[in-house]
Amino acid sequence: MEERTNQEWLDELRGPNKDQAIQDLREILIEGLGYALGDHHRENMDVLIEDFVQEALIKILDNLDSFRGESKLTTWAQKIAVRVAYSEFRRKRWEDVSIEQFIPEDSGTDFTPAILTDPDPTPEQVTTQDKLIQIIIRKVEEELTDRQRKAIYAVMFGEMPLQEVAKQMGTNRNALYKMIYDARKKLRESLLRDGLTPEEVLAAFEIS
Amino acid sequence: MMKINKEVMYKMVRAIASVREEEIGCDDCFEKVDTFVDLELAGKEAGEALPLVKDHLERCQNCREEYEALLTAVRAMSEK
Repeated sequence: MEERTNQEWLDELRGPNKDQAIQDLREILIEGLGYALGDHHRENMDVLIEDFVQEALIKILDNLDSFRGESKLTTWAQKIAVRVAYSEFRRKRWEDVSIEQFIPEDSGTDFTPAILTDPDPTPEQVTTQDKLIQIIIRKVEEELTDRQRKAIYAVMFGEMPLQEVAKQMGTNRNALYKMIYDARKKLRESLLRDGLTPEEVLAAFEIS
Repeated sequence: MMKINKEVMYKMVRAIASVREEEIGCDDCFEKVDTFVDLELAGKEAGEALPLVKDHLERCQNCREEYEALLTAVRAMSEK
């Protein structure tokens, strides 16, 4: 396959004989995605990859104007193919999981955390960590909005991908990141008001 | 019922402690991650050139896994 500059790619993908350029780009993306998804084992991976690339190519051709030329065009295009593939994998993996299940049952009043799973903490550590957990959980309960709280529980406790939490909350990944960012800031300020620096709290959880 | 264990709390406290005035979101990261990868593969200091992208990749698991997949793909293709 001939090497192309970004400008050559753009000219050819927009030109009258774009079929060859599209075909060449398709081959690059299929091969690249094969490497990118090397650790994911799925049935009919070849077919899946072709579907991902097909979907990506539509997005790529629709968005050529947004390519700013700061990277290689092939890297930019591969980024879009990777996003398509990962979005689909996450959707499949999490489609039956509701964010509601990550809200602690005792949420609300007098929340008592489950017993710590540290295999061998000292009694002092347990006491300090236990207290701090209660303080932080209380702050989460009292100072965050319902939506912030739901997002924090699903993302941090449930380890759900932002993309899937966002979908269930009727928002998008970027807005959800911002929502959690605001929550983190609020909690940090609240801890500081109580004279607890987050660094101190962190130190109490460091593995000794 | 969620089990609130030490590991989860540590992760949460770390997320709180490390909050910065200036952070970018997933869209801004996606916008630049291809440039980040190309710089890295050219042997340049991508993290110095795009510190907010580097910071976001350290914080956001979704963006990080896509970045790592992209890096793997582009690196493998360039080594052919």
